[in-house]
Amino acid sequence: MPIKSYLVHPKQGKKGEVANALSNMDQCEVIAAKNEELLVLVTETYSEKEEELLREQLQQFRDIKLMALVSGFNTPKNT
Amino acid sequence: MYQSVFTNRREFIKKMAVLSAMTAAAGMFPGIIFAEEQEKGIPDGANLDWKKAPCRFCGVGCGVLIGTENGKAIAVKGDPKSPVNKGLCCVKGYHSIMAMYGKDRLKKPLVKKNGRYVETSMKEALDLVASKMQETIKEHGKDAVSIYGSGQWTIPDGYVASKLFKGCIGTNNVEANARLCMATAVTGFLSSFGLDEPMGCYEDIDYADTFVLWGNNMAEMHPVLFSRLLDQRLKRGVKIIDFATRTTRTSMAADKTIIFNPQTDLAVANAICYEIINNGWMNTAFVEEHCNFSKGLTNMGYGLEDHYKFTDRPEAISFEEYKAFLEDYTPEKVSGLSGVSVKDIKYLAAHFGDPNKKVMSLWCMGMNQHSRGTWINNLVYNIHLLTGKISSPGNSPFSLTGQPSACGTVREVGTLTHKLPHGVVANKEHREFAAKIWDVPVENIDPKPTYHTVEMFRALDRGDIRFMWIQVTNPMVTMPKLKRYRDGAKKEGRFIVVSDVYPTPTTDIADVILPSAMWVEREGLYGNSERRTQYFEQMLEPPGEALSDTVQLIEVAKRMGFEKQFYYKDETHIEEIYSEYRRHHEGKKHNMAPLEVLKNQPGAMWPYVDGKETKWRFNAKYDPACTNGKDFHFYGKKDGRAVIWQRPYEPAAEEPDADYPFWLGTGRVVEHWHTGSMTRRIPVLHQAMPHAYVELHPEDAERMQIRTGDMVKLTTRRGEISLPASVNQRGVPAPRQVFVPFFDEQMLINDITLDSFCPISKEPDYKKCAVKVEKA
Ligand code: SF4
Repeated sequence: MPIKSYLVHPKQGKKGEVANALSNMDQCEVIAAKNEELLVLVTETYSEKEEELLREQLQQFRDIKLMALVSGFNTPKNT
Repeated sequence: MYQSVFTNRREFIKKMAVLSAMTAAAGMFPGIIFAEEQEKGIPDGANLDWKKAPCRFCGVGCGVLIGTENGKAIAVKGDPKSPVNKGLCCVKGYHSIMAMYGKDRLKKPLVKKNGRYVETSMKEALDLVASKMQETIKEHGKDAVSIYGSGQWTIPDGYVASKLFKGCIGTNNVEANARLCMATAVTGFLSSFGLDEPMGCYEDIDYADTFVLWGNNMAEMHPVLFSRLLDQRLKRGVKIIDFATRTTRTSMAADKTIIFNPQTDLAVANAICYEIINNGWMNTAFVEEHCNFSKGLTNMGYGLEDHYKFTDRPEAISFEEYKAFLEDYTPEKVSGLSGVSVKDIKYLAAHFGDPNKKVMSLWCMGMNQHSRGTWINNLVYNIHLLTGKISSPGNSPFSLTGQPSACGTVREVGTLTHKLPHGVVANKEHREFAAKIWDVPVENIDPKPTYHTVEMFRALDRGDIRFMWIQVTNPMVTMPKLKRYRDGAKKEGRFIVVSDVYPTPTTDIADVILPSAMWVEREGLYGNSERRTQYFEQMLEPPGEALSDTVQLIEVAKRMGFEKQFYYKDETHIEEIYSEYRRHHEGKKHNMAPLEVLKNQPGAMWPYVDGKETKWRFNAKYDPACTNGKDFHFYGKKDGRAVIWQRPYEPAAEEPDADYPFWLGTGRVVEHWHTGSMTRRIPVLHQAMPHAYVELHPEDAERMQIRTGDMVKLTTRRGEISLPASVNQRGVPAPRQVFVPFFDEQMLINDITLDSFCPISKEPDYKKCAVKVEKA
């Protein structure tokens, strides 16, 4: 049951759009910086496989310049 | 079957993930604002008054801003001006203010009469404390009274306690709970360098290439600092090596985890030294110019018996003798004992040995709560000294602290039996110096130390101590082999005073309970792990008759006839006490920043010289106290040289055997502050971690058919306890080991731990004893 956090660097001027698109995905929670072109993304999935698929999906986003993993908590089983 | 509150824990973990990311972002974009998250919980349109304070929930010492309105703290956020946390804080920090508003907060003094607690006024309670102390001294002598404080004492609390007991009453019966967590760090520093506390600072994190975490679960215990490490990995690709006895959240985030058998860190550290010398990685010029070699006594015992005494006898040795000693610690010889592969030992050594890599070692309780704790501290310094990787940006052996003022109050003020604010009681000049500032006859200060913490509670049990005043700590949860000390404290003819903010198992043994003002309900100062002293003003009124620990002590001192020494005025007492205290540390080696400076900025690191803090001690480029004309000057030692110690591997006091085949280790969890007396009153933290548990290795669990939630009975030679199992959850111990957090007063693991300690530091080893594990 992985929970991961990322720093997402959107392309210039695309912060709002990326934030909206990510917020619409079930496994994603987004917190946008007020004064910088940066988003904090937290993903919560049920398995490593689902996490992998999600990451692939995110990497397809054209408006994301760079996505860096900050922390990952793999909370096994029911935690 | 036992049920845990899983949903909340996931929410909690999510929050941790968010905060790690925000900390990393703050490192890259100083001043970045995440308004939504940072200001969550702040009511719309609130007219808040924001004031700065150091967080009180761990030794990292993050700066926080507390928002108050109508006399109540209603919001908290990280202080963007603080160089420690750069505007962010961990979950404990974010919820810290809620700890002041628990329903069962102590508000009135309680005095035990005929077995029941009766409310009384503060004036009467303080009268009783003073008269009981005087009566005890008259009947049993001055060494029958004692005070036991804490690394959560503010600097003024500890200072007036020491002045009253050591300077005025004339007993060295002054100890603090930092004996249970930091005493080993102190003796490690003193034996290697002659002066206490880290030479470097948190800024080292911004320069180091490799971080070796020695038995240190930083992700849970020092979360904000750990986020700074993760941030550096993101920016510069640094390596984080987790060298531990158990897999934790830190392991999940580390680049490499190396698991070793308990106690064998001693052997592995020596093997690293062997490799450094054998591969020609030693910085010969540094060692020849700045180091000596020494050996001390061995087979010291473990302090298990009452009245145990030990004093080391250092003896100079040559480099050749030291090299010959290390022949017993080749990676091949150490591998079998430690369970660490030859390859991994060489991997660790290569990181230290690489001249192009800056290395930071970080540790906390894993190395300090160790029956050979001083030795393992010495051995890590050896590694840094042999390679010259010390006292310069990014090259830093760094001992972290657990409590907000373990450094500030216990180590710097000197609230331990052998210490004075400057120096030790055994030294005549130090006594004269303290007596002059304290305005007491020098004869008042006894040259002989009395009891370290474990022995102090043994003395209470034996009846040598009859009166004990406990402030800001909860020894009836934290003492090892607890049952003996709980029974001892309850014996006839003992008088116990407890100052606290909530009822605890320690207030249960009290004759008088004094309600204390907590954190920003009073004015004070803390000193964190990196020698940073931080001031906080009083922002709130304490509830009911609650009073600061400083004022409680001053009032009792005055009642005992020490008005002259406790001349402080109500409105200005903190300023007066701090100014007096600063006089003990005058000079380039330890000067403290003036209060005015501390009021205006998020703390300052000592030595504070000519308006500047010192970031790297012993390095002539940064430290004005260096006077030998060389690049480095270890001026804590008379000849200006640091000591490389010959310290062997020796087994722990109690190791697994046929009857008790597992290792038992104890520790903390991120949700709770120490014994949980405050954090268990914060609903989100309590729900995230409502009770203790026992972690088992999955193979052991399978063999015994134990699943998460099943009750497990743990039996040691001290007794037994049952707890729910945790298998493959947050942490995973190595096979034949179990881990139990100690925060839960309903499941007192310390009832069955062992009171063995490091003979040099007298700090107990909470990480190792033998236990039998059965399905209950
Ligand atoms: S890391 Fe420690 S000092 Fe910082 S906010 Fe958390 S508990 Fe407070």
